[in-house]
Amino acid sequence: MTGAQMVIQALKDQGVDTVFGYPGGAVLPIYDEIHQQSDINHILVRHEQGATHAAEGYARSTGKPGVVLVTSGPGATNAVTGMTDALMDSIPMIVLTGQVPTFMIGSDAFQEADTVGITRPCTKHNWLVRETNKLSETIHQAFHIATSGRPGPVLIDIPKDVQFATGIYTPKEEARVKHYQPQVKGDLSAITELVELMEKAERPVFYTGGGVINSGIKASKLLRDLTKATDFPVTSTLMGLGCYPASGKNWLGMLGMHGTYEANLAMHGCDLLINIGARFDDRITGVLEKFSPNSKKAHIDIDASSINKVIHVDVPILGDIAHVLEDLLKVWKSRGSKTNSAAIKTWWVQLDEWRARKCLSYKNSDTIIKPQYALERLEALTKDHPNRFITTEVGQHQMWAAQYLGFEDPNRWMTSGGLGTMGYGVPASVGVQVAHPDGLVINVAGDASWLMNMQEMGTCTQYNLPAKQFILNNERLGMVRQWQQLLHGERYSCSWSDSLPDFVKLAEAFGAKGIQCSDPQNLDDAIMEMLNYNGPVIFDCLVEKHENCFPMIPSGKAHNEMLMGDASVEGAIDAKGAVMV
Amino acid sequence: MNSLNLEKGSSKKSAYNLRNTTGDTIETHTLAVLVDNEAGVLARVIGLFSGRGYNIESLTVAETNHVDNLSRITIVTTGTPSVIVQIKAQLARMVAVHDVHDLTVEGPSIERELAMIKVVSKGDNRVEALRTSEIFRASVVDTTLESFVFEITGTPEKIDAFVELMTPLGLVDVARTGIAAISRGL
Repeated sequence: MTGAQMVIQALKDQGVDTVFGYPGGAVLPIYDEIHQQSDINHILVRHEQGATHAAEGYARSTGKPGVVLVTSGPGATNAVTGMTDALMDSIPMIVLTGQVPTFMIGSDAFQEADTVGITRPCTKHNWLVRETNKLSETIHQAFHIATSGRPGPVLIDIPKDVQFATGIYTPKEEARVKHYQPQVKGDLSAITELVELMEKAERPVFYTGGGVINSGIKASKLLRDLTKATDFPVTSTLMGLGCYPASGKNWLGMLGMHGTYEANLAMHGCDLLINIGARFDDRITGVLEKFSPNSKKAHIDIDASSINKVIHVDVPILGDIAHVLEDLLKVWKSRGSKTNSAAIKTWWVQLDEWRARKCLSYKNSDTIIKPQYALERLEALTKDHPNRFITTEVGQHQMWAAQYLGFEDPNRWMTSGGLGTMGYGVPASVGVQVAHPDGLVINVAGDASWLMNMQEMGTCTQYNLPAKQFILNNERLGMVRQWQQLLHGERYSCSWSDSLPDFVKLAEAFGAKGIQCSDPQNLDDAIMEMLNYNGPVIFDCLVEKHENCFPMIPSGKAHNEMLMGDASVEGAIDAKGAVMV
Repeated sequence: MNSLNLEKGSSKKSAYNLRNTTGDTIETHTLAVLVDNEAGVLARVIGLFSGRGYNIESLTVAETNHVDNLSRITIVTTGTPSVIVQIKAQLARMVAVHDVHDLTVEGPSIERELAMIKVVSKGDNRVEALRTSEIFRASVVDTTLESFVFEITGTPEKIDAFVELMTPLGLVDVARTGIAAISRGL
C-alpha cells in the first residue's frame, strides 16, 4: 500500500466521512486517492483557514473530530489560525499537511516551511512522518490524542516521497497509544468532599463551561439531572451555552464580561462555586483579587493544568465531566439527597430580585433596527426549528447572540471563544451545514468579521449549502469602537469600515440570495424570506451604528461593578484597567 | 504520573498538602522529566517554558532508556509555588512526556554537575591553581607548560566556588554540563 492509500484507509478506519481541504503540489498523491474513492466526502474550501474553521464547526456540532487536508508551506501556515483557535477552545481536529520530499527538507525548497516547528505551540501534538511504515500508526495515534483527555488539534506532516512509497499498513487496533491515557474517573474522596459542601451550601452556583459539551451528551444530561435534583442555579461561559437549556428554570444566563447581572452577582455573592468544565478565563473572572470573594470553590476538569492555574480552589477534581457528575450524583443520593433547602429558597429570592433588574432590556426604536431587536426577532422566528445551529464571528454581534439567542441543547452553538478569531463564522457555518444537511444553520455576523473569510461563500454555492449569513451591519468594528468610546476618549482610530461592498450584489455574485433590511417594520418579513429560501443567503441587516454591548464588566473591575445599558460610561475604566485587554 | 501534583507518598491528610501554593516567594526546583526520545521533543519542552514565560536555570538532556527510547530531561527552574505547580502540570499534559518528578519536594535527592575549567598561568599562580584543585578534588585532564584543564564534579555551588577561586589565578574558559539529579534511596 502506498502512503497516500494509507491516509485514505486510516481515515476510513477512523470513521471519517468528511474532509475539508485544499490541494497543492505536496499533497497531490493523496488527492489522487481521494479521486478514486467515494467513502470520504472532500469539501473544497477557498482558503486553508476556512478548512480549519469548517472542521471546527463540523467537530463542535457533531462531537466527532474534524479533518483537514492541506498542502505544504502556505497551506500549512494558513491553517495556523484555525489550529490555534481549536487549541484554545479544545476542539478535536486532525490536520494533514503535505511536505516537500524528505531529501529536500531543509533546502528551502519551493513551498517548504518548518511545519512541525511552526505548529508545535498551536497543536496538542504533531508529527513529521519520515517513513511510510510509520504513517498509518501515526494517523491512528493522532485520532486518539485529538479526541481523548482534553480534546485539541493535532497535525501530521507527510513528505511527498512518503506518500508515494509503499509500506505496511498498521490497523487501528494495533496502533500503540498506551502511554497517553488521561484519567477520566474522579477521586471519590474529593467528590465526597464536594458533596459535603453541597449539602451545607446556602448560596451555591454551578459555573459550567465548554468541558461539559466536550464530555458528550451524557454530561449535559447529568448536569440537568443534578440541577433538577438540587435546585442550584446554573450559569455558563460562552463555550458552554446549551449544556443547560436556556428555557430551564435554574438558568441565570451567560456570565462574564458581557454576562447577565444575575449570573455575575451570583458568582460574586455565592458561598459555593462549582466549576464544571470551565477554566476561570479572564473574560469570566474580571479582576482576580475581587473574584467571588466569599466562596468555597470546587473545580471539575480533565486537564490538571487548568486546576489552580489562575484561581486557587478548595476542592480540585480531576476527571471527565460525565464520569465525575455520575459519581457525584451517586454519592449525593447515597447520603440522602440533602441540600440546605431553606437557605436555597432564600437564595432564589435574591436571584429573582437580580433577574427582575432585566439587564438585557434596551431602548428600542421604530425607525432604526437595534441589533438586540434583530436578534430577538431572529430568535422568535427560529427557536422552534428542531434543528437550528448558530455560528458567529467575533465582536459585539457575538455577545448579543450569546445574550439574546437561547440554546436548549449542546452542540448547537459554534463560536470562537478563547482565541476570538474574526472570520471564524462563515467557514464554521459551512462545516456545520455539511455535517447537518437538513439543519437550519445561521451565521450571526458583523460586517467587519464577515468579510475576513467571505470567500467561503463560494464553498456554500458549490456544495449547495443553504447556510444563512445574518450580518448585523453597523459599518463599524463595533467592539473596537465601543472600547475606544469607553477607554480612548471617543477617538475612533481605524474602527470604521469605509467602502463596504453591496452585500446584496455580493450575494448574487457568489450565486446566493441577497436580502437587505433597514426598517424594523419589515424585519420579520425579511427574516422569513431568508428562512424560506432554499439556498445560501446573505442578509444585510443595517443596524444602529453606535449601539454598545451591555451589561459590561469594565476591565479591572469586579463582577459587582457592572455597567448597565442605561448608565453613564464616562470614566468607567481607570488607568489600571486600561492596560488589560 | 501524578497529574494533580500531589507529592510522592502524600495522601489527602498528609502534611505535604499543607505546603502553601499561594505564597509569592521564589523557589528553585529541580524537575526530572521522562520524555519520548523523538525529534523535536526538546523544542517542545523549551517552547513550553519560553511560551509561558517560565525560567530555566539549567537544563540537561540525554537518552537514558534505549529499550523504550526514553530521554531524561533535568530542568532547574524558579518560580512562586503556584507557578512551579503549573509548570509541572503543563509538562505532565504534554503527549511526549511520560513522567514528571519534582526532586525538590519528593524527598532527598542528589544533584551533580560536571565542569571543565581552563586556567592559563605561570609561576606561583600555576602552583596555587594546582593546589586548590586538589582541595576541590578536581583532576587535571589536560596540561601544557602554561595551562591546565581541570575536570570537576559536584554541586553547582561547589563549582561556582572553584570558578571563583580560579578567576584571579588565570581562568580563561569554563564549560559546564548543567545539573543531573536523581532521588536518594530506593
